[in-house]
Amino acid sequence: MLARRIIPCLDVKDGKVVKGVQFVGHEVLGDAVDMALRYRDEGADELVLYDITASAEGRTVDYNWVRDIARALDIPFCVAGGIRSGEQAVRCLDSGADKVSINSPALERPDLINELAEMAGSQCVVVGVDSRELDNDYYVHQYSGDPDKIRAAGRRTLDWVVEAKDRGAGEIVLNCMNQDGVRKGYDLTQLRLVRDLIDIPLVASGGAGATEHFTDVFEQADVSGALAASVFHKKIIHIPDLKRDLKAAGIPVRI
Amino acid sequence: MSKIVIIELGCANTASVLFAFERLGADVVLSSDAAEITAADKVVLPGVGAAGYVMNRVHELGLYDTIRSLKQPLMGVCLGQQMLFDSSEEGDVACLGLIPGRVKKLEAPAPLVVPHMGWNQLEIVRDDPLTSGLTNGDYAYFVHSYVCPVSEHTLATSDYAAPFAAMVRKDNVWGCQFHPERSSVAGAKILENFLKVPS
Repeated sequence: MLARRIIPCLDVKDGKVVKGVQFVGHEVLGDAVDMALRYRDEGADELVLYDITASAEGRTVDYNWVRDIARALDIPFCVAGGIRSGEQAVRCLDSGADKVSINSPALERPDLINELAEMAGSQCVVVGVDSRELDNDYYVHQYSGDPDKIRAAGRRTLDWVVEAKDRGAGEIVLNCMNQDGVRKGYDLTQLRLVRDLIDIPLVASGGAGATEHFTDVFEQADVSGALAASVFHKKIIHIPDLKRDLKAAGIPVRI
Repeated sequence: MSKIVIIELGCANTASVLFAFERLGADVVLSSDAAEITAADKVVLPGVGAAGYVMNRVHELGLYDTIRSLKQPLMGVCLGQQMLFDSSEEGDVACLGLIPGRVKKLEAPAPLVVPHMGWNQLEIVRDDPLTSGLTNGDYAYFVHSYVCPVSEHTLATSDYAAPFAAMVRKDNVWGCQFHPERSSVAGAKILENFLKVPS
């Protein structure tokens, strides 16, 4: 049976893993390659590595650390941050990444999703969506890596995820910003709404604080994977314990 | 030590396959040169993307006959396994014809999603040097939207809406639908088994 995926997210800034609350106030947590290997050893199913400053600063991912991680890791990983062209995405994949995730550049130029899907195949193309609840609806935000540049993208989340899928995205990572970094649980309502709209894998992001949050998001929002950062980085949740508890709750996980 | 050549088609994921063999201490290079491929002790055919695009690359590089006439062990990975078959529904393209059958679109009714992406379990259906040391229920990492048919050439199946061929073998030709280079312990075991297959 296909296992639900547990996906630690490493927000990378200058080669170090950092974590901020609601994206503001970054704290250095460790070296990216060391932390990637630690999570592999603990049983992470996949990793996401976000170069969180690349989009906001208008530069692209530094492919050397992608190569370093690809050399060491034997589980899949996805790279995000500042990928603006099909050529950059292919270079990133050629360096050993399994998928690329695009966020702000896809909002600037939605055709980028089509181009990437044509060049590399949909299965390599993840669209990351930073979404915030506002007046009983959900809206996409961009440049969330930089508190000075973050802004509403002028799109409804429910429209954008469908457009991204139609343009060739192979997976959506939905980051519910109201929940991010506060560990009160995933936004089950929003995730369920998005899940019912798309027939490609959906990964939940933002809000994980306890084991039951993972159980809830798999059972109630039927997501393919659950992404989290601070609870893993700060050792509030230990992945082997989490997977054991998920398995006991009847959720298929790789142990 | 035997020399492994990974066929470089100018599409993604060759680096991760290369690194996986390097982690096992193999003597491995990337090449799109027909003579170098033919001279290898073992050959790996990776592939990510669309079948039509990748088969075009095979023809453009003049490697169609080269690959078809290999006598040494050949292993297709992911799309590389699909390309071993006669043809694919993806772009309705003729493939290498080394294993009989047609690759079909993965039909997965809701609530299942496509691509089939993530860790799924293997069921070994035939003993083979490549599956040595694997156990039923071992997890492998899959990412695909098309599936290879289960047949007498199937070594292992996996199940997503219906069983499909996760590993295949016919004569000197093997295939893995999943990514052994990204399948942790089980994947490394399969690559190690491939290194041990007599050439």
